[in-house]
Amino acid sequence: MERIPILKMGSFLLVTVQVDMHDRLAMTLQDDLTGRIVKDRAHGVLIDISSLEIVDSFIGRMIGNIASMARVLDAETVVVGMRPAVAITLVELGLSLPGVRTALNVDQGVELLKECIEERAQGNGHVAG
Amino acid sequence: MATLRDEIYPIRSSDDIVKVRQITREWALMQTFSLVDQTKIVTAASELARNTLEHGRGGEVRIQALQEGPRRGLRLTFTDQGPGIPDLAKALQDGFTTGNGMGLGLSGSKRLMNDFDIQSEVGKGTTVMIARWK
Repeated sequence: MERIPILKMGSFLLVTVQVDMHDRLAMTLQDDLTGRIVKDRAHGVLIDISSLEIVDSFIGRMIGNIASMARVLDAETVVVGMRPAVAITLVELGLSLPGVRTALNVDQGVELLKECIEERAQGNGHVAG
Repeated sequence: MATLRDEIYPIRSSDDIVKVRQITREWALMQTFSLVDQTKIVTAASELARNTLEHGRGGEVRIQALQEGPRRGLRLTFTDQGPGIPDLAKALQDGFTTGNGMGLGLSGSKRLMNDFDIQSEVGKGTTVMIARWK
């Protein structure tokens, strides 16, 4: 079965969505990713959607679900590389991806993840990772 | 109004939703829509194709490239013979859903397009027409 690859990058996981995502593939990614967060003890997830030409409400919901599930599993999620036309369309569609952090590219996404994790560690009074 | 091209595609599986997106993109390009407009049309097509599959138990989409004077347009008509929608006004509200989606399909695609029309009869099926002009 077709799968979206998940790469380990230190204590983060990187997912680069490079295909036109059909619904089943999105569901599989959700399952695979939550499994990998636990297995790899990841503290952050980067989802690179720079290749995605559209994000509809199904894909948007999948991204939101991943972020929520990751948070429950003690990991932060940052979505990177959203195309401007996709951002305009998403907002007009009525989808603002609440609770999902975004960054313009992978480098900035990594920085944001590090900040989030640091902040959380201070807030919780223990050090993550 | 002149019809430049007129075709019908089936919506029977999740792969067909992807196919509808690809065809709509091609046609929007052919009609020389801007990148933002292309993205809006393809997103609306994706929402409605999924509605046709999930709520209408499958159906088809008719896609028409139109020309009216100097204006070019793209019209998509989604038809299913599913259970129909008992309360249209409610179905058009943001956040209303009977499935497991977010309830943005109908209301969202209406916002993304210039023209929007929906006809539905309980027990007979639903037809949704959307169009965008440039």
